[in-house]
Amino acid sequence: MSGVGVAAVAAQVLVVVLGTPLLTGLMRQVRARMEGRAGAGVAQPWRDMRKLLRKTPVTPTGTGPAFRVAPALLVATTAVAAALVPLASTATPVSGEADLILVVALLALGSVALALAGLDTGTAFGGMGASREMTVAALVEPTILLAVFALSIPAGTTNLPRIVEGALHEPARLASPAGLLATAALAVAVLAETGRIPVDNPSTHLELTMVHEAMVLEYAGPDLALVELGAQMRLTVLLGLLASLFAPWGIATGASAAAVALGLVLFAAKVAMLGAVLAAAEVFWAKVRLFRVPELLAGSFLLALLAVTSSYFLGGV
Amino acid sequence: MIPLPARRTVVETEASELPARAGELLREGHRLALVAAHHDDETAPGGRAVRVVYLFVSGPPDVRVELRVRLDADDPRLTTLAPQSFATGRFEREMRDLHGVVPLGHPLPRRLVRHFHWPRGWYPMRPDAGPPPPFAEPEGPYPFLEVEGAGVYEIPVGPVHAGLIEPGHFRFSVVGETILKLKARLWFVHKGIEKLFEGRTLDAGLPLAERISGDTAVGHALAYCLAVEEAAGIGVPREARQARALLLELERIHNHVADLGALCNDVGHSVLNAHALRIREQLLRLNEETTGHRLLRGGVVLGGAHLHAVPDAARLRALRDDVRQVADLALGHSTVRDRFTGTSALPARVARDLGCLGYVARASGLGYDARIAHPFHAYDEPPTVPVHTTGDVLARFLVRAEEIDASVALVNRLAQGLTSGPTTVPGPREDAKTVRSGVGIVEGWRGTITTRVEITPEHTLGRVKPVDPSFFNWPALPVALADTIVPDFPLTNKSFNLSYAGNDL
Repeated sequence: MSGVGVAAVAAQVLVVVLGTPLLTGLMRQVRARMEGRAGAGVAQPWRDMRKLLRKTPVTPTGTGPAFRVAPALLVATTAVAAALVPLASTATPVSGEADLILVVALLALGSVALALAGLDTGTAFGGMGASREMTVAALVEPTILLAVFALSIPAGTTNLPRIVEGALHEPARLASPAGLLATAALAVAVLAETGRIPVDNPSTHLELTMVHEAMVLEYAGPDLALVELGAQMRLTVLLGLLASLFAPWGIATGASAAAVALGLVLFAAKVAMLGAVLAAAEVFWAKVRLFRVPELLAGSFLLALLAVTSSYFLGGV
Repeated sequence: MIPLPARRTVVETEASELPARAGELLREGHRLALVAAHHDDETAPGGRAVRVVYLFVSGPPDVRVELRVRLDADDPRLTTLAPQSFATGRFEREMRDLHGVVPLGHPLPRRLVRHFHWPRGWYPMRPDAGPPPPFAEPEGPYPFLEVEGAGVYEIPVGPVHAGLIEPGHFRFSVVGETILKLKARLWFVHKGIEKLFEGRTLDAGLPLAERISGDTAVGHALAYCLAVEEAAGIGVPREARQARALLLELERIHNHVADLGALCNDVGHSVLNAHALRIREQLLRLNEETTGHRLLRGGVVLGGAHLHAVPDAARLRALRDDVRQVADLALGHSTVRDRFTGTSALPARVARDLGCLGYVARASGLGYDARIAHPFHAYDEPPTVPVHTTGDVLARFLVRAEEIDASVALVNRLAQGLTSGPTTVPGPREDAKTVRSGVGIVEGWRGTITTRVEITPEHTLGRVKPVDPSFFNWPALPVALADTIVPDFPLTNKSFNLSYAGNDL
């Protein structure tokens, strides 16, 4: 029993770490093809990662521990989140600890670590990026929390595996107004949290418009590889969370190795599909003016609030 | 019917009378197009002196007036005209930095060209300057104005940028995200082009003129040729003038298309950039068929033009329809339109005061266009000049989208009756044994280019002074950006798309 559970957790983390560059590659490729370009191929982020890891580490003079620790902390917190979130299986040794608030806090810790690293460089860009990132984060975190609260009310717990199991046994919950509103709210929050269009443009070279990239401009070599991996892993974990909460089918609830394997395959397929849809949608979007970002996030917060309210009133009967 | 090079009125004036004379010309509605200093030696008609030429132009009708002032060769100083014309003040600063001519009473006597490391006391345009001396005693500190106050911080950007951008340093003083002040420091790529022209033969000057700003090969080459042809008395057949007018429009089209795409890319809507680049590639191939060079080099030659082929009207129309679609998609996209609208508005009054040119001026309501004010070719139908009045990024986008339309229509009219091959009549060049001058004024894609040339009795280039419209437009960028937010700077900068190479010479 616990053997399969441990294997399931290990497999979740491994799939996220190894598969995440492929997800990025897939999204870039979808975008390139839709724009009529050839694209660099799905494996390009892996090649970039390998190139960066081979380089000599360089740190700017004057930077302290915050700058050095941040990349590892970002990857570590995201890896722990990947272990906790029931991506492929709800029956794992850590499922008792897999609290929603803990997961959100872990992701926030990674953001804060990067923002501190940005400030630590003492450059104008680091500070500017950190300030923008924190502004966005301050608006996004409550939305994520509220959206998942809306889902936790019918389940009666904030434990993620239990919420997912509840949805598996009672799929009607997902189609309820609360479920749909929460999906929409969480989807917008994920876009903002992972720095996608319309909030941030991950492919821009214009320093002055950057949010996430501005914070990490001073990183090079293996550190940059970690930062990029961490940022990509966050996208995978958040898309995985979205998939687990709103399309939980195929997630293993027992100790069967076959079910876990199926769960992993379906997780990969669901995230790949979500990623492709997101990439395709981004082709049709443009980046909003920075001062419009709060409006967008306030809208998603409102949706989450409505989700909680309707969950309370409609689900309480 | 055939427009000859317009007559220039030359007024020799005393240095003391200069401000009054210049003020009169400016009040009459002329604009200052160019200021050039010349170092005359003993053999020159008036003897040894520093001779400064101020070119004022207006049109239509095409009027060109030159004020010439002679200054002491060893201690050249003159009264500044900066209070009367902002652009003149910039020319004076450039002249002081390169020639050592001191403008007395200048309200903003800061250095323009001379960076920290420039050798002190060395003025490269002086005849006895010689090659650049080693970096010994530098010119010295070159500080930025510091904006003080609670919460004000500085963002230094450049001179090395991400992406393929020329070098320029931007110093933003910012509160939160709002720009309080922007200082653009240029002249990182001073190449000494004006000096490189000196002593070349007339033909050898042309390739250099084509390379002043890589994206404006036709504009600068044509301005140079018009100036040399006027000075040397070279006639140009009508068909060649028609071919030149056509090449000028081809250059406008491919640059505008690239920038429409880049503007969409800067707001994260890269699919339209991908399509704009696809269209641009088709245009560059068309350029290559037309002149043998993708950026149209070699099309304009002294005394004529050389076409390998005449562009096909149907093909251009198809590309124009494609561009229209891209522009319509951009303007129909609510986020893109929102990003463009109201961003970095340049008021008409400011544009006029700074002497802005080209699409920057036309987006702010000033419809000046050298094709109408100073035509070198008798267009059957005058070119359409789109003008907008809001002065924001949207207006600059619209002006350029509409100019593409107008230019395609113009190319198709001009292509009628043209044949491929060289259209130069190697006429006799006037053989006068004196120093002669000429001026070429051309509406390049960025705006009005003015080039003034003096040729020596030996038929070599004595002095060539090209002025790219970017020289006039750069000061407008920080003004337009006041109270804009930092993340909108790249978009605004792209909507101006000024040349560093053409400005830094």
